[in-house]
Amino acid sequence: MQVEFILNGQRIELAVEKNEFLAEALRKAGMLGVRQGCNTSSCGLCTVWIDGKPTLSCSFLALRAAGKSITTIEGVQTEAKEFAAFLTAQGAEQCGFCSPGFIMTVLAMKRELTTYSEEAIIHYLAGNLCRCTGYMGQLRAVKAYLGVTE
Amino acid sequence: MKIVGTSVPKIDGLAIATGAPVYTDDLALQHALVIKILRSPHAFAKITAIDTSKAEGLSGVACVLTYQDVPKVRFTLAGQSHPEPSPFDRLILEQIVRYVGDEVAIVAAVDEATAVKALRLIKVEYDVLEPVLDFVTAEGHASVIHPEADLRCNFDIGLHQDKNIAASHKVEVGDVERELAQCDVVAEEIFFTQAQAHAMMETYRSFSYLDHTGRLVVVSSTQIPFHVRRQLALALQLPASKIRVIKPRIGGGFGGKQTGAVEIFAAIVTLKTGKPAKIVYDRKETFISTSSRHAARVKVRLGADRQGNILAIDIQALTDTGAYGEHAPTVLGCIGEYTLPLYNKTKAVRFMGKAVYTNKMSAGAFRGYGATQGTFALESTVNILAEQLNMDPTEIRLKNIIRAGETHLTGHGEALGSSTLDKCIAKGKQLIGWDDKYPRTVVGTNKVRAVGMALTMQGSGIAGIDTASAEIRLNDDGNYTLLLGSTDMGTGSDTILAQMAAEVLEAAIGDIIVTTADTDIVPYDPGSYASSTTYVTGTAVINAAKVLRQAILQQGAEFLHHAVEDVEFDGKSVTTLDGAKTISLPKIAELSVLGNGKLQLVGTATFGGEVSPPPYIAGFAEVEVDTLTGKVELIDYVAAVDCGTVINPNLARIQAEGGIVQGIGMAMFEDVKYDPAGRMQSDSFMQYKIPCRKDVGRIRVEFATSYEPTGPFGAKSIGEVVANTPAPAILHAVYNAVGVRVQNLPLTPEKVFLGLQNL
Ligand code: FES
Ligand code: FES
Repeated sequence: MQVEFILNGQRIELAVEKNEFLAEALRKAGMLGVRQGCNTSSCGLCTVWIDGKPTLSCSFLALRAAGKSITTIEGVQTEAKEFAAFLTAQGAEQCGFCSPGFIMTVLAMKRELTTYSEEAIIHYLAGNLCRCTGYMGQLRAVKAYLGVTE
Repeated sequence: MKIVGTSVPKIDGLAIATGAPVYTDDLALQHALVIKILRSPHAFAKITAIDTSKAEGLSGVACVLTYQDVPKVRFTLAGQSHPEPSPFDRLILEQIVRYVGDEVAIVAAVDEATAVKALRLIKVEYDVLEPVLDFVTAEGHASVIHPEADLRCNFDIGLHQDKNIAASHKVEVGDVERELAQCDVVAEEIFFTQAQAHAMMETYRSFSYLDHTGRLVVVSSTQIPFHVRRQLALALQLPASKIRVIKPRIGGGFGGKQTGAVEIFAAIVTLKTGKPAKIVYDRKETFISTSSRHAARVKVRLGADRQGNILAIDIQALTDTGAYGEHAPTVLGCIGEYTLPLYNKTKAVRFMGKAVYTNKMSAGAFRGYGATQGTFALESTVNILAEQLNMDPTEIRLKNIIRAGETHLTGHGEALGSSTLDKCIAKGKQLIGWDDKYPRTVVGTNKVRAVGMALTMQGSGIAGIDTASAEIRLNDDGNYTLLLGSTDMGTGSDTILAQMAAEVLEAAIGDIIVTTADTDIVPYDPGSYASSTTYVTGTAVINAAKVLRQAILQQGAEFLHHAVEDVEFDGKSVTTLDGAKTISLPKIAELSVLGNGKLQLVGTATFGGEVSPPPYIAGFAEVEVDTLTGKVELIDYVAAVDCGTVINPNLARIQAEGGIVQGIGMAMFEDVKYDPAGRMQSDSFMQYKIPCRKDVGRIRVEFATSYEPTGPFGAKSIGEVVANTPAPAILHAVYNAVGVRVQNLPLTPEKVFLGLQNL
């Protein structure tokens, strides 16, 4: 089946299976920054934006993307690099496998929240698992990036 | 030092953080065959019939392999230096299946859907056997898990097939029973640690193809390229020279990828079909069919005099190696090896134990490697002993810990090179606020806060065994290429090793190209495990860089027509001591390679440690316990770390924080669970909980640096030691809060609640 949507600002048409999830379809379309860490919607690695909202692409049927605007980390490279500089300044990208999904969530949070407190940050990011870093370095990076001092 | 000791960002950091396609599956060839595995539904069974004709007939299926199609040569998947201590007890596929999830058939097809469909068309009949599911009763069970006549060991590891014993171990110095009998106080306790899943975010995956000369190339998410090459050579009966193993960036390992998991399946399909093939395990397969930490039962007896001098230590362990014996003898041995040396005022010490086979998923290497299990048991017992003696737990430790320059009973008279463990204790105590908070504070009607603590040690590489080589080359335009076989799995080892080379050569990090983990290109390294990379590979790097530095001086002197004693090198140019003549490094490089120098400059070195200097940690936990529900909240965790010189403070800190959170997971949440038929129940992140960022409270890491005389710039290891203290420290804190002593991990609210009822 064909599905048409906007991918990182450009209209594309993809052939997908009817039971195929968006994460796989995006990888097939070359968006290799989209990672998967589970098959139970538990880890947050596959986070992309659908019409601007952070969404788990592993459990979103590719067909449902029709007519929507999908953003992956490939589509926000400038902003991603800006934040990644804070992450690498902490060494808080360890294996990096969780980082693209994490960054997509952080950038969405920056847009969505009006004020940032440590508690609100931790709450917003709770769905993004990381097995390497222990989360503290990620938190330091996010706080530095958003200018949170408390 | 200019670069060593600074927090250089990781050289691959920006790329991996922002989604660059540099991991195994990103690099796989587009039209590679997709491999799926048919797995045993039974914990223990013999295949009596297997019909693959329908599957083979399905359009798009490239091959279906069963036990009849594989070489009949046993091997181990444990990534260990030759001769491997682990028993050679497996075949690629076998007629006997030994756990639910064991491989029955390999299918390769043009796409995943076809491969999955083919799996369903394979008909298998089994003779179902009585499984051994409880490791405590495995020894001497009527079912013998490995009855095969061709199982072999490279040397005696105390394996007794007929009794389901995969390995046994004993070390005793002095007469433990006699000393214990004479002690004023003896603390004695039995502890159980659970199997723990590595749960690295990138699951296991490999792809393979034949290159332009017909050689097998395997690209894999592995910690052990050279060991994988040796495994494949044996299992597939191919010369190692016909195999190349490449490790790209990998999404976490934690020891899991120190055991071969999927390479063999990709490789055999490529050999049988001649085609590129890839295998990617999903999360469920990663949970049920790879490896975990060894579950263990550890009994500790500690004897002391009234003054609190620990005079005798006896540790007895039983570990569950599951269906196969990967890492069974060595993890078992490390339970004693990384605990007995902590306290050295002893007159006698003993460690003895067995690892047994069961019909469950195989255990393997996991960050901490036996030290984690041993530390939990020993440190929990030290806390009990302190209570019996009415001593502060920090005081009894300060009285008994080994100090730099001292020896210990199992250490063959070798004096300890470095330790600031006493400072770690003092620092941790102060940071957690021990003197104000120990043992407990009631903070609300049903809320009690308390603190607890534990110490730990690990090694830095395996003394006398781990040997790594490094090669560093001066390129034609004056930069360097550092060639290494170590396997950065996110730890940042590529970066810190480049820092060491840069320090010696007075170069900038950006002038060093780091090429690693390709068996065709780099010199031998066992891979990154056993906390070896900083210490073992790092020393090789320093030595190789020194050789190259000397060669640059020599070559520069020749170009300047001076004796080598008359020149110096500052990283940028070689200059005569009087400053009169100088030649730049790029010029030396150019003339060496394409001018009249006629000698490309290379430094190589090989290093293997005679000792394995231990890093130390003092870990302190503060918890809040709800006395009505048993719920435990971790408020604060402090780790004071002695890893010698800290090569890169940021990266070391993240290693520590990450390892502590894995330890917290083991202490409070994670549990590999089976149903009564031997099926793993915890096969997804829904059933197997790893800590999320809301579960871990605050974690603080402080370094109390020492200088290890045998270490690279004085450094010791950091990667594993960090996983060991959370379990004993958190359980100690909970005991101090409410008087409930949980002795089997993890510490769940149910266990605390039930404990409260029985007080
Ligand atoms: S892959 Fe884990 S939540 Fe989507
Ligand atoms: S950095 Fe490895 S999972 Fe987060």
